[in-house]
Amino acid sequence: MDSLETVKTVDIIYDDVSYCVPVDRTVLSALEEVGIHFIRSVGCRGGVCGACTILYRVGSDYTLKAALMCQEMVQDGMSILPLPFFPQRKQPHRLDLPESETPDYRVLNHYPEVNGCIMCGECTRLCPMGIDVMGYVGMVKRGDLRGASEESFTCVQCQACALRCPAQISQPNAAMMARRYHARYQAPQAEHLSKAIERIESKAFDAGFRRLRRLDEDELRALYQRREREPTDAHPGTWLPEDRSML
Amino acid sequence: MMTSEEMMRFPEEMRPSLRMVEQSRNDRVAAVRRGESYPSLSLTDREAWLEEFHPDYSYGGRRALRVGPSRGMEVPVELAELLESKPRRIVQQLRRIEVEKRVDVLVIGGGGAGTAAAIAAAEAGQSVLIATKLRHGDSNTLMAEGGIQVADHECDSPLQHFLDVLGGGHFTNDRDLVEILVTEGPLVLRWLEEQGMQFDKYPTGRMKVRHGGGTSRQRLHSAGDVTGLEMMRVLQDHAESLETIETLPFHAAIELLTDERGRAVGALLEQVGKNRVMAVQAKSVVLATGGFGRLHVQSFPTSNHYGATADGLVIAYRAGLPLRDLENSQFHPTGIAYPESKTGLLITEKFRGLGAQLLNRHGDQFVFSLEPRDVTTAAIIRECKEYDNGVATPSDGRGVWLDIPMIELLHGRGTIEKEFPGRFKEFMHRGIDLRTMPLLSYPTLHYQNGGVSITPDAGTDMPGLFAAGEVTGGVHGKNRLMGNALLEILVFGLHAGRSAALFSQEMGEGGYPGLSHLEAFLSDLDERSVNTNVTAPSLLPSYGPVEWPLTGINGDRRDNDDLTGRFS
Ligand SMILES: Cc1cc2nc3c(=O)[nH]c(=O)nc-3n(C[C@H](O)[C@H](O)[C@H](O)COP(=O)(O)OP(=O)(O)OC[C@H]3O[C@@H](n4cnc5c(N)ncnc54)[C@H](O)[C@@H]3O)c2cc1C
Ligand code: SF4
Ligand code: SF4
Ligand code: FES
Repeated sequence: MDSLETVKTVDIIYDDVSYCVPVDRTVLSALEEVGIHFIRSVGCRGGVCGACTILYRVGSDYTLKAALMCQEMVQDGMSILPLPFFPQRKQPHRLDLPESETPDYRVLNHYPEVNGCIMCGECTRLCPMGIDVMGYVGMVKRGDLRGASEESFTCVQCQACALRCPAQISQPNAAMMARRYHARYQAPQAEHLSKAIERIESKAFDAGFRRLRRLDEDELRALYQRREREPTDAHPGTWLPEDRSML
Repeated sequence: MMTSEEMMRFPEEMRPSLRMVEQSRNDRVAAVRRGESYPSLSLTDREAWLEEFHPDYSYGGRRALRVGPSRGMEVPVELAELLESKPRRIVQQLRRIEVEKRVDVLVIGGGGAGTAAAIAAAEAGQSVLIATKLRHGDSNTLMAEGGIQVADHECDSPLQHFLDVLGGGHFTNDRDLVEILVTEGPLVLRWLEEQGMQFDKYPTGRMKVRHGGGTSRQRLHSAGDVTGLEMMRVLQDHAESLETIETLPFHAAIELLTDERGRAVGALLEQVGKNRVMAVQAKSVVLATGGFGRLHVQSFPTSNHYGATADGLVIAYRAGLPLRDLENSQFHPTGIAYPESKTGLLITEKFRGLGAQLLNRHGDQFVFSLEPRDVTTAAIIRECKEYDNGVATPSDGRGVWLDIPMIELLHGRGTIEKEFPGRFKEFMHRGIDLRTMPLLSYPTLHYQNGGVSITPDAGTDMPGLFAAGEVTGGVHGKNRLMGNALLEILVFGLHAGRSAALFSQEMGEGGYPGLSHLEAFLSDLDERSVNTNVTAPSLLPSYGPVEWPLTGINGDRRDNDDLTGRFS
């Protein structure tokens, strides 16, 4: 986010060709501007899908970095390798829990390779989302599914960590399973929701709908304009409107 | 307050305005604490502002369709071009249709609606093929940040939700569809919870909720600021565990296939970038191709994913299916206007839900920040164009401030990081600290309000064809409220899957798959002397010049079927 006093350019290398591109571009928009039309390697264009993973080095710097093309700004001397496809290991499961197992063992049994983590930290170093990948791998290993869920929550499944893991762990897929098992079997379930469902199943609103559906447009508009607005700071389940006829 | 270093990250011309925003902040926060808010508009004012300033009403932006089942209906010109177009060349050159694959239910589009439909059809015992244009899950669904509306708390009810949806849609919605949408909300929320989707909850399990634009109750449920990502990855993970679902990524539907009786019996798929077609025969078809943001209506930037190019509308329209409510496109009021490398990307409404206000260059409010989206959009354009109160960007765009740092003052330190973990990290990475720095925003093309008309069981005018999600119309009328699209794709996605499964079971295999509907459409084009060189569906937009044939790891030659333009 430099101020744009002057339009500067930088050189980047992609697929063996060097391109001169304006500085204030993401890698994706710079490459498109020079004429590359992507089919793979682009999805959301907004940094959440993980389709646009690249590995790159800048000039003679020895560090190898990973980034999302749609997010990363170009830098002078960037040499770029896209990752249009990655052979993933994904262990099928039905989100079921046999009586003899606990959620944490269930996850561990599907991805026992997490036990082989050598704690090199490469995954954490690379993750474009700033996730402590090694940290959540350790949590899966220790059976802390809640911790793993929280740490991996913003994972976009870009596979950069899995690509470089010397222990060949499929971190994002183990995390996916950990999140689902945690949400299904460990996180508190929503009781208020059961009450709402009961009311729907007992057809408590049918008469109300019939009444609403009989109103003409002016009457509906009047009703709409008279709506009471729940205050923003009301804790759910505490505030009730004056007019209860719609409940 | 920003540090002077942070201030320096903004261009010099913006700084005086930023200072005014900072100066008025404490007063504005105090006013909110006193329970004061900027007055919301009356229904008459709303309508007047919309007509004068909303892009939908701008001159030359729309035109009437000259052919097809919805002839006479006004749609954005960019869409009209595609709806009145010819089939892709690969179809024009096709001599014979050889069926390569047979399934019970073919689902076109692997976003939220399509995946939900596939799950429902598979669970009803049918074999399912999901054909999707990019990777499974590359979709608008995955991008949703804000949340899903469901009336589940004590002060709320499906009836109240119904009223909000209708009012948001200016009372033009299909009421049968809305009744189903709101009534089944709690059921799909429970279904998602059981699939292991995470929601923001209190320790008791009660779900956290917030207001969205146009809601009278707090009913927006979320998973941090990555609700869509969490939903999509859970749906996808679940679908992958069902053996009867097969997925074909990078296979785009380019025409429907119909039999001699006019029933949908499959689709032609094109392997994207490979110049190869494949015919799939199915006992029923679900259309779930999503929206059209990448058409860049009136050159607006868009928040949508790469594949949002209206393909489903095009192939359905050609096959004789009427469309509705496409006169109005939804512009999200707060797309990013600066930094310009992120132009068009979304700043979710949740920021406003938590109290961030919209301010002009003097640091003053000019609209209640949670009006329905079209109204807020009109208000921002009015403030910039009519009153010239916008903030100029380096490339001479305009924008208004979204005062995000207020949230920390209103709800306590750490709120932004907690509520928006994804965005917070991403902006921090770019040197923008959302806790102290406001963002500049301007409307962005966000949602296709209308589409293929459907019945309450997600059926269409064509036997064997079902549709759900953003490609359909009626649920939201002329304008959708935030959080109702994620609800819609689940409610109607599941309906579409169940209905398609039932149809397959009852009707069995149809007749020979053909393209006779195309002949009818092409002769309609001829008869009405619509001359067009456009071929569609366009599959992907094409940004930047492509002058030479490119091969290589990822580059591909541009195809004349594609759209052109240049956006982030
Ligand atoms: C940035 C953003 C934020 C949003 N936030 C919210 C929110 O907070 N709350 C809310 O309720 N809604 C939100 N929405 C809207 C909501 O996400 C979408 O309307 C909804 O998810 C659409 O789902 P869908 O399944 O119909 O379409 P999509 O999810 O877009 O899926 C369509 C799928 O079809 C595929 N496809 C397209 N053409 C073809 C073809 N020819 N052949 C085969 N496949 C094809 C696409 O690649 C894609 O995978 C948001 C949208 C965006 C873009
Ligand atoms: S955890 Fe791995 S897959 Fe997930 S975002 Fe980080 S690097 Fe990518
Ligand atoms: S890269 Fe693999 S081995 Fe290294 S810390 Fe990460 S998970 Fe462990
Ligand atoms: S295209 Fe989705 S993360 Fe970059």
